[in-house]
Amino acid sequence: MLSNSKIFFKLLLFLLLAAALLFAAGCSREAASDSEPENGVDDETPGVVKITDRIILATTTSTYDCGLLDFLNPLFTEKTGIEVQVISQGTGAALETGARGDADVLLVHDRKSELKLVEEGTFIDRYDVMYNDFIVVGPAEDPAGVDGVASAVEAFNLIAAGEDIFVSRGDDSGTNRMELRLWESAGIDPEGQDWYLSIGQGMGDTLRVADESMGYTLTDRGTYIAIFDSVELVIALEGDPALFNQYGVMAVNPKEHPHVKYNYALLYIEFLMSDEGQNLINSFQVNGERLFFPGYGLK
Amino acid sequence: MANHEEFLIELKGIRKYYDREVLHVEQLLFKKGHVYGVIGPSGAGKSTLLRIINLLTPPDSGTLLFHDRPIPANGAGRLAIQRKMTLVFQKTLLFKDSVRNNVAYGLKARGFPRSVIDERVGSLLKQVGMTDLAARRADTLSGGEAQRVTIARAVAFEPELLLLDEPTANLDPGNVELIEEMITKLARNKAITVVMVTHNVFQARRIADQVIFINQGRIVEMGPTEKIFSAPDHENTRLFVEGRMVY
Amino acid sequence: MSRLFEGIIEAFRLIITLNPALLQIVSLSLRVSGMAVVIAALIGIPLGALLGLKPEKKTRLLNKIIFTFMGMPPVVAGLIIYLILSRQGPLGVLGLLYTPTAMIIAQVFLASPIVIGLTMIGIRARGCDVEEMARSLGAGSVLIAWTVIMESRFAILGAIITGFSRVVAEVGAVMIVGGNIAGHTRVMTTAIVLETRKGNFELAIGLGLILLIISFIINSGLYSIQKGGKNG
Repeated sequence: MLSNSKIFFKLLLFLLLAAALLFAAGCSREAASDSEPENGVDDETPGVVKITDRIILATTTSTYDCGLLDFLNPLFTEKTGIEVQVISQGTGAALETGARGDADVLLVHDRKSELKLVEEGTFIDRYDVMYNDFIVVGPAEDPAGVDGVASAVEAFNLIAAGEDIFVSRGDDSGTNRMELRLWESAGIDPEGQDWYLSIGQGMGDTLRVADESMGYTLTDRGTYIAIFDSVELVIALEGDPALFNQYGVMAVNPKEHPHVKYNYALLYIEFLMSDEGQNLINSFQVNGERLFFPGYGLK
Repeated sequence: MANHEEFLIELKGIRKYYDREVLHVEQLLFKKGHVYGVIGPSGAGKSTLLRIINLLTPPDSGTLLFHDRPIPANGAGRLAIQRKMTLVFQKTLLFKDSVRNNVAYGLKARGFPRSVIDERVGSLLKQVGMTDLAARRADTLSGGEAQRVTIARAVAFEPELLLLDEPTANLDPGNVELIEEMITKLARNKAITVVMVTHNVFQARRIADQVIFINQGRIVEMGPTEKIFSAPDHENTRLFVEGRMVY
Repeated sequence: MSRLFEGIIEAFRLIITLNPALLQIVSLSLRVSGMAVVIAALIGIPLGALLGLKPEKKTRLLNKIIFTFMGMPPVVAGLIIYLILSRQGPLGVLGLLYTPTAMIIAQVFLASPIVIGLTMIGIRARGCDVEEMARSLGAGSVLIAWTVIMESRFAILGAIITGFSRVVAEVGAVMIVGGNIAGHTRVMTTAIVLETRKGNFELAIGLGLILLIISFIINSGLYSIQKGGKNG
């Protein structure tokens, strides 16, 4: 018994050292494949696609969680051998990630901010790649009486007047920015109100909280449809032109961050903007519904 | 006669302070092959003396000579000298390992070949009557057994100097006798010089051939055992060995 | 309630059929956290031993700092490593952000104080006595260090396992520095967050169950080892 524990411990220390050496070798091998993309083969991707390089795509939870990128990106990888590594955050965080040079290409939805950052030279080659719309969802009982109202601003007024629960992303995402603009238009400052829950989480989480707390929230249609099965929320308001949701794709400016893989980012942008890419976006469905429409929405 | 005796270790002007002066030894000589008993009231500086000799506690001033040569402050020379002696602490400490490996520790530290280690450990365990317990984990032994292993471990590598700090303090009379027998036997058979600290004057009288009486950090008197017990030079020595000293 | 039940059934199905996505995520989790703990142990055991052999009075401030870092929220560790590894950060040129290496670094940052602190506590109990005993028996400095560590092996093993439990279960740091990239930096905890957000409770609960099973195994191991340490 006694020597068992001692032998075991010695073995453990030995394993620690051996593991350290192995892992060190493993890491350097990985690093080597990064620096010599032509020879590197990614063991983790099954199939015949030979991965020669990777790009990092910073995007929003709304394009990722619904499965759109899992649908599009393998096709891009198949064509080019470039793996797309997706970081899904709120739009605000995604823009910041890109601005710091930690990503190569962005797919986000806050057109105003995007155009401003392109103008400032942070990003380049921006295209309106697809759109859908925001909707207001809430409990089937509709305590605020939003059903039948035509504009989002009006709906927000009703919710505030009735002090019905409203759950906000509160994470500086594209959806959150849109929501705050609507409150502003309604002339209401919801910040700090008892009925206003700012939770600082992704769209899926926010829908879940709204569902559990019998509240309303603003969501992009895609995420709602994607998780429609697991919540009891219903659409309270849709179709208001003010709820139009445009997505843009753009590259991190290589003049700002020389290390970014600008050429590959361009390939990705070209892929999304190509007829093939646009058709793929158009054909993507979840639960039998189309989530995104190609191109720019407001002609 | 005295000329043939070899000085093993010599202390010169050794002083040690903690909050106060705990040890002040102008000169102290240990000669090869003797059994020294260091007696004195608790707090007299006996343990500090052993720790300084064993190079565990550096003195604040003074020099230590080993075979008439000063001990280097560090490096291989110091380690070589440290390896010629060992200290059995008052608090029994055995490694969380088998009895066999505990006894083998000093031999392994000195790089003895495996065959020598096995042979010596085997014969030592036999001498102390613990062959059956060789594979037992040492920290599960009884007090008496543990102290036998501690002493076996200390003499396995045949040090020139064996320092013992109250080796029987926590033992029952049967084990005290056993340990004392072990010590005298080892000293005689292996010609190991022994310096044993004890608060028990009778034990010093039983085992030692030289007795050193320390009080308040200073050596009061040193001499052959019979002389210290029958005709000490110093009044305090007489009071202490007669158990009448009040301190 | 039925959702939880269905989730558990589906989870078992995923585990039993060795679902490749699940396996890949579990394997990355174990590799990242395992590697982090290996490095944390290589840093933490010697440092912890060193501190444990010093009298407590001399290391009081250091103790407080280590204990504070032991309780560091993973997101804070993640944020600090993110700011260091980001392209704008001091080590940005290495391009390590959003790689398993970055996750390992963040978890080393989390696990090292635990290994250091618990090793220090374990060794402080009798490390000085062991050191002197070894020295007195003629051990050189390497053997002394080895003996001190071996004498506290149960405490050290506990420290390593505690460190592993903490990092394998944390989500804040790996999410920030790893980015939860599918097939690349997605581990059990970040996958649970994602799949919960997406409403895929089956995979989320499956991963949760695996985390619990791993935790059960390592804690049973820890329990029996520590029991062994006391009884023989």
